[in-house]
Amino acid sequence: MARLRLDPTRQQALSVSVATGAYGLSFGALSVAAGLDVWQTMALSLLVFSGGSQFAFVGVLGAGGSAAAAVATSTFLGVRNGFYGVALADVLRPVRGIRLAWGAQVTIDESTAVALAQPHDDPEARRAGFWWTGVGVFVLWNAITVLGALLGERIGDPADWGLDAAAGAAFLGLVWPRLASRRAQAVAGISAVVALALTPVLPAGVPILVAALVGVLAGWRPSAPTEVPE
Amino acid sequence: MTPHMWTWIAIVAAGVLAWLTKVAGHTVPERIVQDPRVHRIAAFVTVALLISLSAVQTFTTGARLTVDSRLVAIAVAALLLWRRAPFLVVVVAAAATAAGLRALGWG
Repeated sequence: MARLRLDPTRQQALSVSVATGAYGLSFGALSVAAGLDVWQTMALSLLVFSGGSQFAFVGVLGAGGSAAAAVATSTFLGVRNGFYGVALADVLRPVRGIRLAWGAQVTIDESTAVALAQPHDDPEARRAGFWWTGVGVFVLWNAITVLGALLGERIGDPADWGLDAAAGAAFLGLVWPRLASRRAQAVAGISAVVALALTPVLPAGVPILVAALVGVLAGWRPSAPTEVPE
Repeated sequence: MTPHMWTWIAIVAAGVLAWLTKVAGHTVPERIVQDPRVHRIAAFVTVALLISLSAVQTFTTGARLTVDSRLVAIAVAALLLWRRAPFLVVVVAAAATAAGLRALGWG
């Protein structure tokens, strides 16, 4: 009997897509709760397509912030996606035209993490990881965002379902394979402390950007290739 | 202009800026990407960003630092990751842990 079996890369891509897409339920619900309508909520997921940026955007508006502040916070929080493009250069290059336009849109935490979690000497697996995760998350995230927006407050508090804890666990799972070296562990520990210490005093999203500077400092100094997380 | 229209303008602006940010990363010239320092920085920045996102998702509520059921959930996730559990198992177990503790009345 023929059985549908996906290789480990694609299994991982689909797992990440489902886990991340499910979180779109809470984004849809929170966005409507913040005062956006269903169409605006859908447009955010389609156009911005970066969970952190989207939560920040509706968070700022929901807290009474200006449209300009919402755009600035969302964009700041999306800066890391620019770094991901750099990290993905070996995986996707050469990329131009429609593949660049579409590949850029699906360059997010998850697609980057799955791509780079594949063996360094297996470019096909890295490309598959990127596209399967990027497109998979895009489809599910947008579909489930609509569901969350339509259900709105009827699903209750997303926290009752543990969705906030799932987000933290997902990011931890994505970074886990990169924590093999001492220097990566040090970067992780210090940047987490920096982000948490600055959260009470800086606007949402900015502490994470400051914590990223820890990564810049760690990478500035030469190190053995084995110290650099792939 | 109504607040509703301003929100629409902000959504489109945020979308365009998000996309341009992503395109910029992909179109950095190859000689810059090949530079070992740039390579190291991109790798370590990714670690810093992902772990910071995880920490902020777990230990903050708005602008406040908080310790609640998410701490137990992330500990469960870390334990499962250490035991090499599949990603989806880790995420579902974390959500179930937090949801379960909240159902029991803790954070």
